[in-house]
Amino acid sequence: MDRRFPFKVLEHIFSFVDSNEDRNSVSLVCKSWFETERRTRKRVFVGNCYAVSPLKVARRFPKMRSLTLKGKPHFADYNLVPDGWGGYAWPWIEAMAARRPLLEEIRLKRMVVTDECLEKIAASFRDFKTLVLTSCEGFSTDGIAAIASTCRKLRDLELRECIVDDLGGDWLSYFPETSTSLVSLDFSCLDSEVKLSDLERLLSRSPNLKSLKLNRSVTLDVLESLLRRAPQLVELGTGSFSDELDPEEIAKLTKALSELKQLKSLSGLWDLLPEYIPLLYSVCPRLTSLNLSYATVQMPDLIDLLSRCSKLQKLWVMDLIEDKGLKTVALCCKELRELRVFPSGADLDETDVTLTEQGLVSVSEGCKKLESVLYFCVQFTNAALVSIAKNRPNFRCFRLCVMEPFAPDYRTQQPLDEGFKAIVEKCKDLRRLSVSGLLTDKAFEYIGVHAKKLRMLSIAFAGDSDLMLHHLLSGCQSLKKLEIRDCPFGDTALLENAAKLETMRSLWMSSCFVSFGACKQLSQKMPRLNVEVIDEHPPKTRPDSSPVERIYIYRTVAGPRLDTPEFVWTIHKSPEVGVSRLSIR
Amino acid sequence: MITELEMGKAESELELGLGLSLGGGTASKIVKPGGGGAWGERGRLLTAKDFPSVGSKRAADSASHAGASPPRSSSQVVGWPPIGSHRMNSLVNNQATKKEDDGKKKAKDDETKDVTKKVNGKVQVGFIKVNMDGVAIGRKVDLNAHSSYENLAQTLEDMFFRSSPGTIGLTGQFTKPLRLLDGPSEFVLTYEDKEGDWMLVGDVPWRMFITSVKRLRVMKTSEANGLAARHQEPKERHKPV
Repeated sequence: MDRRFPFKVLEHIFSFVDSNEDRNSVSLVCKSWFETERRTRKRVFVGNCYAVSPLKVARRFPKMRSLTLKGKPHFADYNLVPDGWGGYAWPWIEAMAARRPLLEEIRLKRMVVTDECLEKIAASFRDFKTLVLTSCEGFSTDGIAAIASTCRKLRDLELRECIVDDLGGDWLSYFPETSTSLVSLDFSCLDSEVKLSDLERLLSRSPNLKSLKLNRSVTLDVLESLLRRAPQLVELGTGSFSDELDPEEIAKLTKALSELKQLKSLSGLWDLLPEYIPLLYSVCPRLTSLNLSYATVQMPDLIDLLSRCSKLQKLWVMDLIEDKGLKTVALCCKELRELRVFPSGADLDETDVTLTEQGLVSVSEGCKKLESVLYFCVQFTNAALVSIAKNRPNFRCFRLCVMEPFAPDYRTQQPLDEGFKAIVEKCKDLRRLSVSGLLTDKAFEYIGVHAKKLRMLSIAFAGDSDLMLHHLLSGCQSLKKLEIRDCPFGDTALLENAAKLETMRSLWMSSCFVSFGACKQLSQKMPRLNVEVIDEHPPKTRPDSSPVERIYIYRTVAGPRLDTPEFVWTIHKSPEVGVSRLSIR
Repeated sequence: MITELEMGKAESELELGLGLSLGGGTASKIVKPGGGGAWGERGRLLTAKDFPSVGSKRAADSASHAGASPPRSSSQVVGWPPIGSHRMNSLVNNQATKKEDDGKKKAKDDETKDVTKKVNGKVQVGFIKVNMDGVAIGRKVDLNAHSSYENLAQTLEDMFFRSSPGTIGLTGQFTKPLRLLDGPSEFVLTYEDKEGDWMLVGDVPWRMFITSVKRLRVMKTSEANGLAARHQEPKERHKPV
């Protein structure tokens, strides 16, 4: 008798399994589970676009409706990955267009997307609904126009922090003249002006629009007219908030804002002037998400705003909030889950705001649900970190950027080892950690011992020796992504822990002491790792002892990639060949 | 009394001109022998210039920009602090407008600034920048926390040439631990005064010094010769008291 569950039963059971990780586990149980799972998976996530070939993915998941891809390493956000490195969306779009025409959603992060890609999407997927591009580049507003005009069922068009060849605001007029099905539209990263009339008419014919994020060039005087046409908004990203308005305009805008009864999220607010803060009072009590990170407003004006946001769960703000403002947050925003504090000075030395470690300590005391933090601060203390850890063992994401490299505890002049020890000891659910300040190998020993659930770790200017890397690779069981810059070690720890690298998505090391010889050895040892050397200034000869500028190591079943630029070398598996650079244009 | 800092020469040395104008100015030479560390090569915090608003590609050839403009920031390392480029552009724009506005509101600001500083206690009062030749990242010292030149020299030595094992100073970063450094080399401590002149530290009484100093530079002795000529006495070497 066939003891297996019939396909239909399995299929039904699997329909309750949503997360990709769970589905991946399910598919490993046995062949029939693998088959059933693959035939039913609708949402496909590929964390590294070079880990697997597009064709394989297209073939494996016939019911695919949503594809999410990530390309460049995270440090590309900080210009550590040269232009032209890779992360091209085209092969994926091409493969899906040919085999999965029912694809509805594409989400790409840190990838190179060309106008051809966008035109292909528009032409190939008749039910296309969702395009979300985060930190992508390579396309122009023409490509966006193609999407707008051709995808009749488009619901989401979001460009988040992309670098776009902005040829003007015409693209907005390409949406179909009859009503649109738009639910979310985000063009906040574009520079050029869109025509007010285009925007007004678009809003008038988009009854389902819930999320609208304007770009900075949309001036304050037109905001009222837009909001009047979209009172159902749940998320609003304003344009510039600094133009001069006369009293009548202010009154009208105040009213329009108060009419947004569903508004939960507010962002944009470029150059917010203190005198306009009262306009926002009406929306504050309902807000769960507030992004003030482009609002140059200072203390004490911020207090007036924040003290009214009792439901706030997510707050992004600049260090202009100072310790005092964070104390207010600690008192008033009891629902806070995520806090990000960004520096307000591009020049490190020009900060003269009183944002210290005390601000974060206050918030960690007062906001019991706080679980995710990104905090830029000039210097810190161990005592503060210990307090923070004690107050908030529920941290899942803790990213502290002490902006002064190698800064010790400024009270005791000790490294911040003990402080971070407290964090990883107490916060047992920590998934993501960024460390900074003066740190010795000890700090990483603590991390290796305690941070068992840690998946992503970012390190800069730290450590003393290979021990540091060894502690991490041998200790952090759940580690998936490790990125390191400017740390004085490399070879030994890498080679000793080579096997670990295959359990991780990727390892990035730049400005460290990794030698070419070690890269070769590593690559030969581990057949399913791509060891890529990035060298914009390669030496004329490469003895084994010569250092490499940057390495990016990632597991893959797709073999070495074929689209490397001239400054990237994939270390060949065969020792005689040394380096290979296969490039197919 | 001239303060001298004697320390070992870094094994792999990065020479990075900090763009400070001193006589002929310092050129941005990039020397990268055996050691790792590519700080010098793309040694400039990318600013809005690298991200033209019509979104063409980011300047991949930032190496060609190294030293092109004298950076005011003491941090000249690519990608530090780790802020995304969109945000960085915004910050740089803010700084530009702030400087314009500052000119207009200077008088009013001075008033409020003084009050703020008193109310908030030690903000950045007394903190001045310190840069050292060959080290890309500058530091800050609080002059108010020091009582003498010797004090200050000690702090700077600790900062840049940490001698305790198991930790590394700024110059130790791209070398093996200090014990492997070979040969002594000499640095002098210089400062820029309110008039913009660069002087050797130690010429004037301490109290006078802290009121007139704007920033510090730990300079290679070889480069300091030009300074000695400004003083009436020839450069003398004194041991720290």
